[in-house]
Amino acid sequence: MDGNVEDFTETTTPRQAENMAEMIKVDCRNIDVFYDDKQAIFDVSLPIQDRAVTSLIGPSGCGKSTFLRCINRMNDTIEIAKVRGKIYMDGADINDHSIDPVLLRSRVGMVFQKPNPFPKSIYDNIAYGPRIHGLAAGKHELDGIVESALIKAGLWDEVKDRLTAPGTSLSGGQQQRLCIARAIAVSPEVILMDEPCSALDPIATARIEELIDELRERYCIVIVTHSMQQAARVSQRTAFFHLGKLVEYGDTERIFTNPEDSRTQDYITGRFG
Amino acid sequence: MSSPAPPNASPQGSFITEEALKRLKTRHAAERRFKLYGQVAIGIAVVALVTLLISIFGQASSAFSRHVLTFDTTLEAAQVDPSGTRDPGAIERNVSGFNLLLQDELAAQFLPEDADRNLQRELYGMFTRLAVLPIARETADRPETVGTRQSFSVALADDIDLYLKGGVSNRTQVKLGAITPVSGSLEDTVVVEFGRDTAGADIANAIERFRAQGAGDNEPTALIQMGQTWFRATDITDTTASLAYVAGARTMPGADTQGAALVLEQGQENRTVTDRQLAWTMLLKDQGRIKSVLNTSLFTNSDSTYPELAGTAAAIVGSLLTMMVTALLAIPVGIFAAVYLEEFAPKNRMTDLIEVNINNLAAVPSIVFGLLGAAVFINFMGLPRSVPLVGGLVLGLLVLPTVIIASRAALKSVPPSIRDAALGVGASKTQSVFHHVLPLAAPGILTGAIIGMARAIGETAPLLLIGMVAFVAEVPDSPTDESTVLPVLIYKWSTGAERAWEPQTAAAIIVLLVFLVLMNLFAIILRRRFERRW
Repeated sequence: MDGNVEDFTETTTPRQAENMAEMIKVDCRNIDVFYDDKQAIFDVSLPIQDRAVTSLIGPSGCGKSTFLRCINRMNDTIEIAKVRGKIYMDGADINDHSIDPVLLRSRVGMVFQKPNPFPKSIYDNIAYGPRIHGLAAGKHELDGIVESALIKAGLWDEVKDRLTAPGTSLSGGQQQRLCIARAIAVSPEVILMDEPCSALDPIATARIEELIDELRERYCIVIVTHSMQQAARVSQRTAFFHLGKLVEYGDTERIFTNPEDSRTQDYITGRFG
Repeated sequence: MSSPAPPNASPQGSFITEEALKRLKTRHAAERRFKLYGQVAIGIAVVALVTLLISIFGQASSAFSRHVLTFDTTLEAAQVDPSGTRDPGAIERNVSGFNLLLQDELAAQFLPEDADRNLQRELYGMFTRLAVLPIARETADRPETVGTRQSFSVALADDIDLYLKGGVSNRTQVKLGAITPVSGSLEDTVVVEFGRDTAGADIANAIERFRAQGAGDNEPTALIQMGQTWFRATDITDTTASLAYVAGARTMPGADTQGAALVLEQGQENRTVTDRQLAWTMLLKDQGRIKSVLNTSLFTNSDSTYPELAGTAAAIVGSLLTMMVTALLAIPVGIFAAVYLEEFAPKNRMTDLIEVNINNLAAVPSIVFGLLGAAVFINFMGLPRSVPLVGGLVLGLLVLPTVIIASRAALKSVPPSIRDAALGVGASKTQSVFHHVLPLAAPGILTGAIIGMARAIGETAPLLLIGMVAFVAEVPDSPTDESTVLPVLIYKWSTGAERAWEPQTAAAIIVLLVFLVLMNLFAIILRRRFERRW
């Protein structure tokens, strides 16, 4: 693990410095989340940078996924979940009544833990989002959107000859990249990834990580991961959650080399979690 | 298990103790036992099903064929179309005119000039009054045939038909060889001499056998045919017999006429078919004029008070119309209720209450729905009685809970990740349901709906209460025409007094079963079509 951290330090330090100057894309302030009476998130404030990868790490059940789902209001679909606090995206309160969660989710894409392509063709998987949002004026334009999304997701060369094949016929890693392409197709600004590699083998994982690194140029990415190596490899900022509280948040390099909190230290060295 | 034990392990590893082996043995025994229970259960079900099918098909087999008499006649305009207008309606209504044609034809062949009314009634009783209705319709369709000679076939009365199919009375046939009349006359008794020595004894034996089988006052009858003439044996010795004329050619048979005896278990006073009718039937059959044909009228005719004319056409159409109304009510309402409850309804006490009530409704006896239908649709809303519209509405309410429960189960089985995926790209709740969840649940929903419809098509009780048990002789044209349905028809036919209703009922049951099989087939095809894997 040490080796990874060193690799990371060597390769990404210059880019890191640039990102520091970037503006904050999503600003979360004093977030509390309750499931019925049980509080899952305690007063978390987390400013998330644009054009960077922010990883959320922590032991199981620490609330990382719950927090992630606040950002595109997916918690609204869980009846017993209640979110308190403010989340600003480009300065606008996303929980405001004037913001429709449907529109918010077209700007905040999401990739889930298990690849979940629709049981439709590859083409229809990608085209679904643009269609319902009316992003394409005609068939030709839609073809363009599908192609560019697949290119960005690094899947074009593998599937360009069989766009009518069902999305579920792809391998696990391809399916996950298809899901990423599907998220990209509606041209979001933020992409949320909830343990996108946990169901994949190491080679597919490497492809996804590469992809995340490329996507960083254009999007604000928030990724929940259980793998500390992955967090170290792909992210510029890391937030460590423990028991629903944000323990530490900062540059990935610093979190992994010189954590301030002893709990972070214990977690990244594998003493618990 | 198959990998070899490490070299240092003892032949019996520490976990293979005596006790463990014993426990293992009981476990395997239990497994075998439960497997056996399962096989026995399946065996019982299969035997029950096979018995059911065999008994129904066995009973119905005679209803699928029917005996008809072919006869040639000139369609005399004076009888067929007395008004002379060639109006199809008038021709069709003139059933008695056509009956006269048939009766004249038979009378010319079998009756003496001075035949009394009883004799005529006996002869004409071989056909029901409405048997000529198809001929009347045929002629009405082609009025230009009036006055020409045509060939027709008419259905024999149910008792004659049943006799020809082996019913009515047990019988046995005895070949007698040559017979010579010795003395007497047709008006009185004819004494004959058998050419073969044992002929008389054979008949006597057959009679004796039936007498031994039969109960009480049953006196077997021996009918004897000599050429074109039929006699009843009144006194039999080994080589001679006294015969009374029954029917047929009115001439004394010549010497050494080949003869045969037909011994019947019952005397004619205990039969529905008289000796004369039997003799006429056999004579017509010998002429090749009675044929067994496929009973198409079972499917083309409507209900009738005469079993040989009764068909299921009106009930089939009535069932179809009723099912249409049921489907239009139960399927959309059921699916929308299920979608709302499963996808949109807040999870609170009210929803729980509704859910419990829907589950309870599915268990309410169907006759209660009939009472509801009679009270609400007929008394309160003033809809007509005995119509498929009301029947369909009642059955729709009856199967609604089934459809809702099946649809909810199907919706529940769609993985939540699909909903997340749709919401994640910015689909609204409604879009996620209608674009993704519902298509994936469609096979399950359709199966549930068709199972519900299959239940509805076999329902009798609620329809009795809304008057669909009425006698309907016309095929209904619309859901507001009086009509009956297959299960009610079966119920009605099964209560018919005449023997011929029995095979007719079984045949109607087969029609209903075919209906059910077709619906299930339809369900399977739809399932295959809509099924998608993920």
